[in-house]
Amino acid sequence: MSAHVLRDALVLGERRADILIEDGTITALADSLDAGDAREVDATGLIALPGLVDLHTHLREPGREDAETVLTGTQAAARGGFTCVHAMANTDPVADTAGVVEQVWRLGREHGYCDVQPVGAVTVGLDGTQLAELGAMAESVAKVRMFSDDGKCVSDAVLMRRALEYVKAFGGVIAQHAQEPRLTRGAQMNEGELSGILGLTGWPAVAEEAIVARDVLLSAHVGSRLHVCHVSTRGSVEILRWAKSKGWDVTAEVTPHHLLLTDELVRSYDPIFKVNPPLRSSDDVAAVREGLADGTIDCVATDHAPHPMEDKECEWSAAAFGMLGLETALSVVQLAMVDSAMLSWSDVARVMSTVPAAIGRVEAHGRPLAVGEPANVVLYDSGASRQWRSDDTASLSRNTPYAGRELPGRVVATFLRGRPTVLDGELAEVPV
Amino acid sequence: MIRHLLSSADLSKDDAVLILDTAEELLSVASRPIKKLPTLRGRTVVNLFFEDSTRTRISFEAAAKRLSADVINFSSKGSSVSKGESLKDTALTLQAMGADAVVIRHGSSGAPHRLAHASWINGAIINAGDGSHEHPTQALLDAFTMRRHLGDLDGRRVTIVGDVLHSRVARSNALLLSILGADVTLVAPPTLLPVGVDSWPVQTSYELDGALDKADVVMMLRVQGERMNDAFFPSAREYSRRYGLDTRRMRRLPEHAIVMHPGPMNRGMEITADVADSARSVIVEQVTNGVAVRMAVLYLLLSGSTDAESTEAREEA
Repeated sequence: MSAHVLRDALVLGERRADILIEDGTITALADSLDAGDAREVDATGLIALPGLVDLHTHLREPGREDAETVLTGTQAAARGGFTCVHAMANTDPVADTAGVVEQVWRLGREHGYCDVQPVGAVTVGLDGTQLAELGAMAESVAKVRMFSDDGKCVSDAVLMRRALEYVKAFGGVIAQHAQEPRLTRGAQMNEGELSGILGLTGWPAVAEEAIVARDVLLSAHVGSRLHVCHVSTRGSVEILRWAKSKGWDVTAEVTPHHLLLTDELVRSYDPIFKVNPPLRSSDDVAAVREGLADGTIDCVATDHAPHPMEDKECEWSAAAFGMLGLETALSVVQLAMVDSAMLSWSDVARVMSTVPAAIGRVEAHGRPLAVGEPANVVLYDSGASRQWRSDDTASLSRNTPYAGRELPGRVVATFLRGRPTVLDGELAEVPV
Repeated sequence: MIRHLLSSADLSKDDAVLILDTAEELLSVASRPIKKLPTLRGRTVVNLFFEDSTRTRISFEAAAKRLSADVINFSSKGSSVSKGESLKDTALTLQAMGADAVVIRHGSSGAPHRLAHASWINGAIINAGDGSHEHPTQALLDAFTMRRHLGDLDGRRVTIVGDVLHSRVARSNALLLSILGADVTLVAPPTLLPVGVDSWPVQTSYELDGALDKADVVMMLRVQGERMNDAFFPSAREYSRRYGLDTRRMRRLPEHAIVMHPGPMNRGMEITADVADSARSVIVEQVTNGVAVRMAVLYLLLSGSTDAESTEAREEA
């Protein structure tokens, strides 16, 4: 079996050490290790983090293999330093049965670039009317624990209550896409001064906040776990802060793009910046950064949403919502949170690995970098910098909002259970 | 002069005055027996209409033809657009045909902006109305009409009434009239004023009567009765009572004030027939002036480019 020794890595950006990886496990972590015939990896100056875990990835397979497949999506994930991604349920067919979630889970395993933990739909066909067979998905080999109708909100209050209650039986969590549908009919961008000027239908912050407020109350009422997807507004952060002060079992994620980009970009009418929830004001960006720094927001999740070019090279209202995120996530978090001294690298490990793994209940991920732990490791060069190019991607799609931007950092290597999926910044050959 | 006309905000005061002055000269062409100038001979203007608009399309077509341009009409009905061809492919097709100017009407806000900036096409782009964003040539013809009746617009009071939220005419007028120094008041129920209107260079009011006494111009916007289905107002009757212009309200206006409407009118909704057909109404004149203003815009944008033909065109004019 393979063995690697990562020489002189900065563990969590703090402590210099060699890391010995054998048979999928970290077997030694100390200065100047004698590594025998383990393959040497020069990690001088590189930060070692536990493999990243994404709670919010759209892999598009089955159904939209023109936009992304499990293979290309997990390759993009590996290039971004991820060792586990949660695949959202809005595929075609919808991941609302044990059969579909098992297929997606298996594809991830077979390709070997990144573990794929399927998210099950809350309602049949994401229709918001009838609960999907949540128990069957939980008991399948995919062991689904997170359920979401992401892309759509579970807007019916009774259905949301029942879903929250029902998943208590197997330690599940409902991940809510908080968007009051009536308040956002035809919505195109953040509602504010700019939407009025640009003549684009507004997506008001209150449409998110009203659902977040309702759901934290429901979660408290039934004593179940709620996870709020892609928090984007100051009001949502304030409601979550209040809910947490009550001790309620509520978690939340923020996307890298909501940590960095604002609605000013919509002035270009370039749909590359069209995303749901929409890019918000600079005040909202400040609020979600503060929320992530003080723990109100628990983790970062990419909402990686591949779309073919024809769905972006068009007029704004005809374009699809969504942007790529896996390969740029760590760089954007560095830029928005670490370079601004709001998070340390061990905080980054917490919000991009430990906590999301705990929320998704994936046991082999998000573990500490310590002897005896699974060897899921990413080596990251925070001193690098590069101008991002839309064609420099493993994804089948090109809809990155960062093209032409200078982003810091570079993922040098990713190890999944001891096997490199990325080495020297390039995808490794993964034996099937 | 600017290269494209996408928004009234693209215009400096000098640009706007130049367009209006040029339109004044070109208006005289309309009264000649032969209503044609050779100015844009050999140039191609495409009318690219993704939304029905007989009035605006015909106005642009007449303007281009009176300047001797070749005109191609491309409407979504009966063209490949209705077969699902993308905006990009349509633009590439027009580029391949050598369009010098594209006049675009589109239901999606920002579509002209995309055409102008996505490097699919080189010609000048003229926004003939995009979604609920802007309709700058309408604002220019409105300003032109006001100027003919009132002289310089600096310090003049213009009251614009109705569905500002969904109105591209209101946006373009608010911007252009402020550039020209007029004081604009937008009157609408709170539901039909956009979020953030406080930052616009205008006053706002929820009440019509108070905004009439000192107005030099009152412009009524089309309000679709269907808006009441989205609860923007309780009923067409209530809207009409609170925000419609009838003869009683018209009497509050100063003697010299004019009544405008960009059309098409909902008679009995935002304006009564008596007012629409009254002596104060300049609604039909707006249509006439539309051709002259669009001639001016086409002439100034197309002669702004540097090839020999446009130099010749400038000399001829």
